[in-house]
Amino acid sequence: MFERIKEMVVKEFSQVFRDRRMKAIIFVTPILQLLIFGYAVTTDVKSINTAFYDLDHSYESRELGRRLEASGYFIITGTPSSAKEMGDLLDRGKVLAVLQVNKGFGRDLARGVPTEVQMIVDGTDSNTASVAMDYSTRVINRFGKEFGTRAGIQRVVKPARIDLRSRAWYNPDLRSRNYNVPGVIAIIIMLTCLLLTAMAVVREREIGTMEQLMVTPLKPVELMLGKTIPFALISYFDMALVTTIGVFWFDIPIKGSIPLLVLSTAIYLLSVLGVGLFISTISRTQQQALMATFLFYIPAVLLSGFMFPIENMPVAIQYGTYLNPLRYFLVIIRGIFLKGNGIDILWPQMAALLLLGVVVIMTSSLRFRKRLG
Amino acid sequence: MNHIETAVEFSGLTRIFGDFTAVDQISLAVGRGEIFGFLGPNGAGKSTTIKMLCGLLTPSAGSGTVGGFNIMTEAEEIKKNIGYMSQKFSLYDDLTVEENINFFSGIYRVPREKKRERKEWVLEMAGIADRRGALTKTLSGGFKQRLALGCAILHEPPIIFLDEPTSGVDPISRRNFWRLIYAMSREGKTIFVTTHYMDEAEYCDRLALIYRGKIIAEGTPTALKQEYMERDVLEIEVEQVVDALEVLEQSGIETAIFGSVLHATVTDAGQESQRIRESLVKAGLKVVRIEKIVPSLEDVFVTLIEVS
Repeated sequence: MFERIKEMVVKEFSQVFRDRRMKAIIFVTPILQLLIFGYAVTTDVKSINTAFYDLDHSYESRELGRRLEASGYFIITGTPSSAKEMGDLLDRGKVLAVLQVNKGFGRDLARGVPTEVQMIVDGTDSNTASVAMDYSTRVINRFGKEFGTRAGIQRVVKPARIDLRSRAWYNPDLRSRNYNVPGVIAIIIMLTCLLLTAMAVVREREIGTMEQLMVTPLKPVELMLGKTIPFALISYFDMALVTTIGVFWFDIPIKGSIPLLVLSTAIYLLSVLGVGLFISTISRTQQQALMATFLFYIPAVLLSGFMFPIENMPVAIQYGTYLNPLRYFLVIIRGIFLKGNGIDILWPQMAALLLLGVVVIMTSSLRFRKRLG
Repeated sequence: MNHIETAVEFSGLTRIFGDFTAVDQISLAVGRGEIFGFLGPNGAGKSTTIKMLCGLLTPSAGSGTVGGFNIMTEAEEIKKNIGYMSQKFSLYDDLTVEENINFFSGIYRVPREKKRERKEWVLEMAGIADRRGALTKTLSGGFKQRLALGCAILHEPPIIFLDEPTSGVDPISRRNFWRLIYAMSREGKTIFVTTHYMDEAEYCDRLALIYRGKIIAEGTPTALKQEYMERDVLEIEVEQVVDALEVLEQSGIETAIFGSVLHATVTDAGQESQRIRESLVKAGLKVVRIEKIVPSLEDVFVTLIEVS
């Protein structure tokens, strides 16, 4: 049995490393994704383009504007002279926020009369908007405390026409990269593993070697292990690759235990390999396998909490996410990387993932065997 | 039944796909060491039959044995005792010649001490000893075919199934391939081969003709020609083959185009040849020659199919 599985694994590796596309999937895709999420896709909010609609032109109003900019979160890129011009800047997306200071602001401050400023935020991107509002609130409050010693400034934040849904930000001081990279590892493993498994099986069917293998004494279980072990190993390799770059290049901390990470990855791979095998049983050609892979992969990523928190989703969909292995693994991998969680905290996720994995791989194996028979 | 003498036998073998009966209650026995040809047009059920015998497809009904093992219950044992090669020459194109051999050698559990010897045998047999490090996709059809055969029989199985092994291969490679098959048969191996090349059918010890899922004739090539061709075959050479075919068919004579000539099947060559010549001339066609010939298997085949 081991002899045959070994032959399968050796053969699979020779094929994978001779195939340019496969090599790209293994080496280029993970690094590319990591770089994109490490550098380009940042959910950190800084340098928000802001218009300063100053109707007061007083020392105080100018000082407020300067303070806003000094916070580092806002850059004043426009000074509209009319409400229409201000609206225009927002409409065209030239600015994401407008600080409006009405006439009499400086005078009222000096007199100690309660006064108002208005912060208008483009709520299209609700995350950025709520963060911008938080930041501006802080700046204006501090300014108010300083200048309004004789009397408070009453600040009113009026949201733009769009309803702002505030979101519990994971940790405002944490770099989004730290949060993203462990997630990227999880989705890279998923994509690599799914694609390689599904494609490798389907390719054999396409070229007829599957049939050839079926007339040899090779047992279905040997065939299946021979077709999954190489990709599990490659997935581990990718994980190590991305983690290494993450840790040494992007300074991502790993606070938790690495053995626990390795163990939970194995549990995670059960479901992913299972889905890959399943796709191979429903696809005749490699194109179909590719389509099916993405039909699974994209919803799995979107509904995993990788980018959008599950708590914000409609309840029905939230229940649906319980069938998504990525959902559990994200909690585990982020917990291990960022919080240093141990098995004492993560066991419910691990148990759920294990259960899901066993069910998926059993179902797929049965289908796989049936398809061969 | 005698397992020593019978390599493959089955009866009532049936395979139904949905409402289509691909193989309809066929029965056969193939003796040990025979080259058994399984003939039929495309879609007649040849591959389906072979797949059932190799354990790739489960029969819908019927029973049988391959190498003495039950095809319904002992598929695993059968797989150890057969070699199977399909028309696809299923090799890994992206592996080298040697890697392909090593892989199948491992899958078939060829004993370690024999692996080397078997590998050299395959390389020698396929005539690609000098190309062992080449990627399989760079081989031409004939070499690929022989390498595929070699990989399928690394474990020296007593029974070999070949499903249209020569399709898409040039005539010289086909001839070489049949030389190999002969050699293996002399070593006592049983060869069950499907083909739709009639010239190849002549090489077989025995033949079965399958048409629309049923076996319509069985026997040695000579016996088939005698038994099924009680009538005579006239070869007619005319200048306008297609027009002549039309004329003859209209006068109710079974006629088929064979290359550049016509073959007409008649009850009595002496009487009919004159009548045919007259009707062709009357139609304004120029007759070059009409003569009685020994029917080929192709004639037999065409006749049998027309009858059924």
